[in-house]
Amino acid sequence: MTASAAEIVLKLSHIQKRFGTLLANNDISLELHRGEVLALLGENGAGKTTLMNILFGHYAADSGTIEVFGKVLRGSSPGEAIAAGVGMVHQHFTLADNLTVLDNITLGTEPLWQLWQDRQRSRQRLLQLSKSFGLTVNPEARVGELSVGERQRVEILKALYRDVKILILDEPTAVLTPQETESLFTTLDKLTQSGLSVVFISHKLQEVMAVSDRVVVLRSGQVVADLPTATTNPMELAELMVGRPLPQTTRTPLSPGAPVLSLQKATVQTAEGRRLLDAVDLTVRQHEVVGIAGVSGNGQTTLFNLISGLVQISSGDLCINGQPCDRHSPAAAIAAGIARIPEDRHHTGLITDLQIWENLILEHHQEPPFSQAGWLKRRVAAAHAETLIEAFDVRCPSPYATVRLLSGGNMQKLILGRVLSQNPRLIIASQPSRGLDLGAVTYVHQQLLAARNRGAGVLLISEDLEELLTLSDRLHVMYQGRLSASLLPHAISIREIGLLMAGQSFA
Amino acid sequence: MQLERRDRIPPTLALLAPLVAILAALLLCTPLISWTGAPPLQSYATMVQGALGSRFALSETLSRTTPLIFTGLAAAVAFRAKFWNIGGEGQFYCGAIAATLFGTGLVTLPPILMVPLLFLMGFVFGGLLLLLPAILKTRIQVDEVVTTLLLNFVVLLFVSYLIEGPLKDPAALGWPQAVPVIPAARLPRLLGRTHLGLVVGVLCAIAIWVLNSRAVLGYRMRAIGANLHAARFAGIPVGWVILMTACLSGGLAGMGGVSEVAGLKGFLSLDLSPGFGYTGIIVAMLAQLHPIGVVFSALFIAAIYVGADAMSRAINLPTYLADVIVSLSLLCMLISIFLTHYRVRWK
Repeated sequence: MTASAAEIVLKLSHIQKRFGTLLANNDISLELHRGEVLALLGENGAGKTTLMNILFGHYAADSGTIEVFGKVLRGSSPGEAIAAGVGMVHQHFTLADNLTVLDNITLGTEPLWQLWQDRQRSRQRLLQLSKSFGLTVNPEARVGELSVGERQRVEILKALYRDVKILILDEPTAVLTPQETESLFTTLDKLTQSGLSVVFISHKLQEVMAVSDRVVVLRSGQVVADLPTATTNPMELAELMVGRPLPQTTRTPLSPGAPVLSLQKATVQTAEGRRLLDAVDLTVRQHEVVGIAGVSGNGQTTLFNLISGLVQISSGDLCINGQPCDRHSPAAAIAAGIARIPEDRHHTGLITDLQIWENLILEHHQEPPFSQAGWLKRRVAAAHAETLIEAFDVRCPSPYATVRLLSGGNMQKLILGRVLSQNPRLIIASQPSRGLDLGAVTYVHQQLLAARNRGAGVLLISEDLEELLTLSDRLHVMYQGRLSASLLPHAISIREIGLLMAGQSFA
Repeated sequence: MQLERRDRIPPTLALLAPLVAILAALLLCTPLISWTGAPPLQSYATMVQGALGSRFALSETLSRTTPLIFTGLAAAVAFRAKFWNIGGEGQFYCGAIAATLFGTGLVTLPPILMVPLLFLMGFVFGGLLLLLPAILKTRIQVDEVVTTLLLNFVVLLFVSYLIEGPLKDPAALGWPQAVPVIPAARLPRLLGRTHLGLVVGVLCAIAIWVLNSRAVLGYRMRAIGANLHAARFAGIPVGWVILMTACLSGGLAGMGGVSEVAGLKGFLSLDLSPGFGYTGIIVAMLAQLHPIGVVFSALFIAAIYVGADAMSRAINLPTYLADVIVSLSLLCMLISIFLTHYRVRWK
């Protein structure tokens, strides 16, 4: 990784874009040099996506110019940027699962009216690319059968096959294990050495520090900093992103109390006999946060659904507050005092077409004081909503606003308010900070820790290792429905957790 | 051209939407009328005259409105909870059967008790018919669109059997119709052929409106309709609420059947309903599923049908123009509802 005096390959000058009253991009200028990794850092809504959409011609900028290799783009069509040598790997991959790797890569590069494909030549070229950049893939494998890390390699190869000179990666590590992330960084190193330039869009500070040469921080549509990575540190970057100093989340040691959740040999099977949860032993006690790490799709959702009452246990035992739950259901989970913070706020946690007050009484609407003899007490419910909005700092026009209009952070605060105001004994949170701003993330963390300090037991399922290591008193790793032994966060390295996440040392 | 979702829908726009839609529908029908050789403006004038222009016209329109309020409410209640009840027609006839069973001499009570009893039995019969599709849906995920739709034909054939057999009126000179209801069971007339059923229908609409916004059941129905998954996650007994919704919906359609038999026709026959159950769906959609809106959209659709009848008598236009106007206004309504939610931005 070298050279800031090198040739400028991409130059955005004074880009301005307005949506209605929102100034999404305000006079943004930045330069990308040959052979460098530029990290574009910013919170949700800071304008990163808009900027990239302008670069690719999905939106037209209100003013400003884009130059690629000194040539000004007219910004009229997506094809223009691609033709100029800019390639993008999206966070959500754009691959056809039923085609082979080679077909996915060549798709769209060949003329439509060609009678036969020169597969051999394409194959040779692909193999050569994959060899020179260390991106090993099997060209004949079906994409549907590949792991997430491999799919990302295919996406990168797809861009390289089209001779890109500038590669834009949008949140590339969101779905990767630590090992896969490391191998991606090695690849990026090789790419820049061969003269490519990379824009790395992220909000993970550690990764930005590890991989980039230069950082551009966006905040509310403006460039607030443009500095060499070597001269900065994660704390400073976080402050730049948020615009104010963030409180440090600290966990004071507490001695755990009585168990509030215990699973013994808990197994959940599909009708076909596939084990989604395989003989899981797990205990959560009062005053402790137990973290569950793992690559998504390894049974965490089933674990969450089991405890929150959406799926039934096939064999084994589930005890909540020492009481066995033989016939568990969402209503039983609420009655048992479990605070459930689901992964998907829009789909599971809230009814976004209803109003705030209606969502805040969702789990207790049939009981006093919110209803009596089958009739809702709207005034009591609205007053309850006012209190929670105040206590949990929800930014909204009124308790009668439709939830759909709120930001992700405010939606999460609504859920937190709904469940934490019930003084739960057990909190189960799945990806509670996914997609939230740094400020909101800190808020969620502090609320969870405060609940723990008040005596609740917290089960925290997350894919964010930093989050898990900060919050957890103990940690388990999930892999294919099984749970590792209990680990202590201060006694284990990220690398060891990564190995467990990849399924090694699982008996 | 881009579509952007509006953050909030201005109330004036929401009220204006149906009116604009109706105007657009009439405008679109104009070429069709000119094509038949009739002057469009005069035709529409005849239509309005025929629907609302006289005491007789008004009473005809209002008596046509009455069953549509019931079937419209039935659809609105069910659709709000995303329970797709297409079987309003069958439930309507079930209510009519109930009115015939209990209103032709099986029980004799003074009118003040007889009329409520008939409505109650109609509600029960209509609700019971919808219970089977609802149970099939909640237990084994059978699509209620198919079951409710097909039950219509079952019920119609059953009615046909009843009026040819056990309930046949021996005094009807061989016409396939059931024994007429006794005088104590007849609904009092209000204006011309308009009867008490209209008042009952409007009261039902108000009751449903209150239920929707104030009752736990209404809240649960809205929650399920807006997000079934989140409702289940929040511990709402989804299956139970769908059963209740189904009973309510079927019951309302059944009350419509009672109102037609005991209020207008006097007896059950196969031409009791010219598709009121199906038209109820259009009524509900035009009202954007709002119970009070149902009253007005039922009035509108009834006026179109009655007006079109008058128009065809006066200018000799085919009556199916009414169907065209009603269908077009539904299409225009759907488009205008969409445009109240989204804003079009031209690039």
